[in-house]
Amino acid sequence: MDNRQKEIDNLKDYKYGFSTDIENTRAPKGLNENVIKFISNIKKEPEWMLDFRLKAFERFKLLKEPDWQKPKYPKIDYQDLYYYSAPKSMDDKPKSLDELDPKLLETYKKLGIPLQEQARLNGIAVDAVFDSVSVATTFREELTKHGIIFCPISEAIQKHPELVKKYLGSVIPTTDHFFATLNSAVFTDGSFAYIPEGVRCPMELSTYFRINASNTGQFERTLIIADKGSYVSYLEGCTAPMRDENQLHAANVELIALDDAEIKYSTVQNWYPGDKDGKGGIYNFVTKRGLCKGKNSKISWTQVETGSAITWKYPSCILRGDNSVGEFYSIAITNNHQKADTGTKMIHLGKNTKSKIISKGISAGFSDMTYRGLVDISAKATNSNNYTQCDSLLMGNKCGAHTVPYIKNKNSESTIAHEATTSKISEEQLHYCQQRGLSSEEAVGLIVNGFCKEVLQQLPMEFAVEAQKLVGISLEGSVG
Amino acid sequence: MLKINNLNATIDNKSILKGFSLNINPGEVHAIMGPNGSGKSTLSNILSGKKGYETSGEILFEGKDLFELETEERAHKGIFLAFQYPLEIPGVNTNIFLKTSLNAIRKARGEKELDAIEFLKLVKEKSKDLKFDEDKLNRQLNVGFSGGEKKKNEILQMSLLAPKLSILDETDSGLDIDALKIVADGVNTLRDKKNSFLIITHYQRLLDYIKPDFVHVLMNGKIVKSGGPELAIELENKGYENFN
Repeated sequence: MDNRQKEIDNLKDYKYGFSTDIENTRAPKGLNENVIKFISNIKKEPEWMLDFRLKAFERFKLLKEPDWQKPKYPKIDYQDLYYYSAPKSMDDKPKSLDELDPKLLETYKKLGIPLQEQARLNGIAVDAVFDSVSVATTFREELTKHGIIFCPISEAIQKHPELVKKYLGSVIPTTDHFFATLNSAVFTDGSFAYIPEGVRCPMELSTYFRINASNTGQFERTLIIADKGSYVSYLEGCTAPMRDENQLHAANVELIALDDAEIKYSTVQNWYPGDKDGKGGIYNFVTKRGLCKGKNSKISWTQVETGSAITWKYPSCILRGDNSVGEFYSIAITNNHQKADTGTKMIHLGKNTKSKIISKGISAGFSDMTYRGLVDISAKATNSNNYTQCDSLLMGNKCGAHTVPYIKNKNSESTIAHEATTSKISEEQLHYCQQRGLSSEEAVGLIVNGFCKEVLQQLPMEFAVEAQKLVGISLEGSVG
Repeated sequence: MLKINNLNATIDNKSILKGFSLNINPGEVHAIMGPNGSGKSTLSNILSGKKGYETSGEILFEGKDLFELETEERAHKGIFLAFQYPLEIPGVNTNIFLKTSLNAIRKARGEKELDAIEFLKLVKEKSKDLKFDEDKLNRQLNVGFSGGEKKKNEILQMSLLAPKLSILDETDSGLDIDALKIVADGVNTLRDKKNSFLIITHYQRLLDYIKPDFVHVLMNGKIVKSGGPELAIELENKGYENFN
């Protein structure tokens, strides 16, 4: 019994909670034009990029921080943050992994993301983003053979300006909303992927985001373009050290799918959730939006959200192309004092567009979970349909679960179906499983994984097992 | 095998079992009969390890103090309860549940865990014996099962796990005559010199198919009379009210 308890205690610890002691180059503290110029300058950006940022910043100054969301948080002092922090060793960009600071290599190894040639994950290309810079991208030569561009966005801005200029801000305009606009002004790094016409990307692309520096916000920017008839599956993972302060991660992710193209975007979000009393943890305020620009295009979001003190995001699809398809599969888990307000938006503009939303929310401890989703079928989107299934599972009686669907249908030939359930893991169910020889943790794992199955199945196989384990670990200690 | 000495149990300040004693040896089949509210379900709950009761007295299972063991540890040691109301667990595939359960118990016994192929072979065999619809194995556990199917599923689990002591809590209620025979066959197949059964029931009819070695009448929290199979028939004729 003692050993088992120890094992459980170990699992309960957030195993990515370490920080790397490394010398940083930082922008001066605070948010102003000079800081934005500093970021643009250090990234050696062309003039048009700086203009983009400054325009966004002008707009930002007019915007008010929203407060309609369910999870409230103490006011963030945007002048008290660092907007750029990167390992000093990255000042002169290392030309190869051999030149990369061993401390960085060690960090990623510890996170289970080996970057070295011989230890790389098979069939997965990784872009590793550490605070405000991408430190390495693997399998680039292999991808280049297929004409695929996969690199840090800061590099794409220099080397592929025609693509970036055309698409950056085309799905999330610089005027969009408070956090998205802030991101447009101060974003630092993230990934860029372009899949050329007719190419099926031969491996998973992935980005691993790591927050390391304290007092620093991470403003990730990712842009993925799937040209006509192409296919790509992309996965992002996220972790951060355990700290008593709350840290802001405000990302913008834009996806563009042209005619007959498909993008599958999966997230396993495991930012530090704060301690069991709710101290510390990441504010994960993210704008993710995909544009099905071409006909017959498809964008599918899958998210497993287990981390962060507050998760606030709605990965969305704009279905502009006729016959385009949007999907959203989500598992969101909140435990202890975590809060989440998440869901999706499906905007049907084209004819015969289809969308599907499968959301599984699990709340335990003192946590609070809201599903918020919009389905909007415009007058021109004839013969379109949406199916939404929204299930909540409660553990214990001190947590909350809420479902807030917004449904607009302006086309009489289109249909929307919404189903929702709320259930609770009962003492009786646990007792039944235990009578059959399972421990209460095993029983919860079995029930929860059964509950999440439909979404877990959507993940690339390599990650489904990891995600399943993560789901179990996130709920450790939430029963009995 | 099982020794219960002077067991008292209270829930929500209500006294349910009052000085209950029972001794079951290996290979014996005991039936407990009693009216509603006599404490039958409380007895099976307590033996299985359900929380929420205040208890005093002693329960020994193979010489071990049962109160020292968690619910799952009791299951590992060979105590099985066929639930009066088997639970539905949405989202959990029946096959996966059965396999997880069987392997948890095999592991605790120090036996090799079964892989998917070995398990499927075994479960198909057992389902056939019990005329349990194999399609149900791929459905969510007990979800949408009829009352009879749920009960058969309990017996299927019992025959998979091969427990030392099986407690059947009103397994016969809600069963038609065919299902009743199947349940009885399941018990009789498992019956041998080592395995024991505690059959809790209202009615005598199950005992037509499973011949008990002992019948006990439970009233108001304790056994008021014990005897052989003939006691069940006497009880059926007289009714509980006129007993005593």
